[in-house]
Amino acid sequence: MVRLVTHNLLACHAKDCNTNNFPLVFQNVQLEIREAEFNSDFIRNFLPKIEWNALVKTAYELGDTSLPQDQPEMVDDEFLKNLHHVLFEIHIIEGGMVCPNCKHNYPISDGIPNMLLAEHEIA
Amino acid sequence: MIPTPDLSHLTSEDYALTYEPAEDTFLFLDALESDVEDLKNSRPLICLEIGSGSGCVSSFIGQILGPSVLYLCTDINPHACRCSQSTGKQNKVSLECVNTSFASPLMSRLRHQVDVVLFNPPYVPTEYEEAHIAQQAKSISGAWAGGYDGMQVTNTFLETVKDLLSDKGRFYLVALKQNNIPEIQRRMLDEHNLESEVVLQRRAGREHLFILRFTIKKKVITS
Repeated sequence: MVRLVTHNLLACHAKDCNTNNFPLVFQNVQLEIREAEFNSDFIRNFLPKIEWNALVKTAYELGDTSLPQDQPEMVDDEFLKNLHHVLFEIHIIEGGMVCPNCKHNYPISDGIPNMLLAEHEIA
Repeated sequence: MIPTPDLSHLTSEDYALTYEPAEDTFLFLDALESDVEDLKNSRPLICLEIGSGSGCVSSFIGQILGPSVLYLCTDINPHACRCSQSTGKQNKVSLECVNTSFASPLMSRLRHQVDVVLFNPPYVPTEYEEAHIAQQAKSISGAWAGGYDGMQVTNTFLETVKDLLSDKGRFYLVALKQNNIPEIQRRMLDEHNLESEVVLQRRAGREHLFILRFTIKKKVITS
């Protein structure tokens, strides 16, 4: 499934596409919100792995404005709950992800991102 | 004893398109189970399985390590991705499935970030062409056809796995005796500074199967 936690780890990997290839931009997406169990320890531990600007930009594009533009220094429960929702509860079921650089479109179907490249596109 | 994941939702139609768990899979589960304390104590945050197929192995480790780990799965076969996803759901483990070759679109973001890497590769020695075509077709035969020495697909990944592993990272690999285990171990140490141990080995019919565990060799400070 494509949740924003996964999206935050995916970059365009087409041949010669090495700069400005992250984050991929969602296009024509169908979203579903599914509740997930809140696990504050996991989110705290995972926080340093997140590319913050990419996450906030993407969340805004999907209509979720609950996260601050800058990563707060003090982490409170409300912040963690919002982050939990953005990372783990927004599911992208259908649509695509477009590379901001080379415009390659990676389709999403049944919640699975198709990141396969044709042979001539493989680096 | 940790139960084998529930696979009752998968049908013969699924297994026509996706590798059905067999002796190699079960040996892999046994090896992970024998490492369970070390795995838990290493407090992993990111687990990545390459070629997750039915999703049996990731669901199993997900049951062991619990919900404080992100479980990523990749497979070139889109049917396998769907099976992995449904097996995760069936076993209440959240698996993030990506239809891709190896970890290619994850490499830049997961550089030295992955704590557990799992790979049960296509290890059966076949003609070069058979393995090549199987990978191209992204079909079920890609789950076993391993080309020369059975190492054609595995070798590609062995070249990059070091870049994924975190300092405390562990990489588990299924291999066959014919794959030349001592050569794999020597090469990984010499070229990538990864030391390894055989966690388990078992004869299953014609196959003599091994589970290897690789970790980064720590520098020994001598005075």
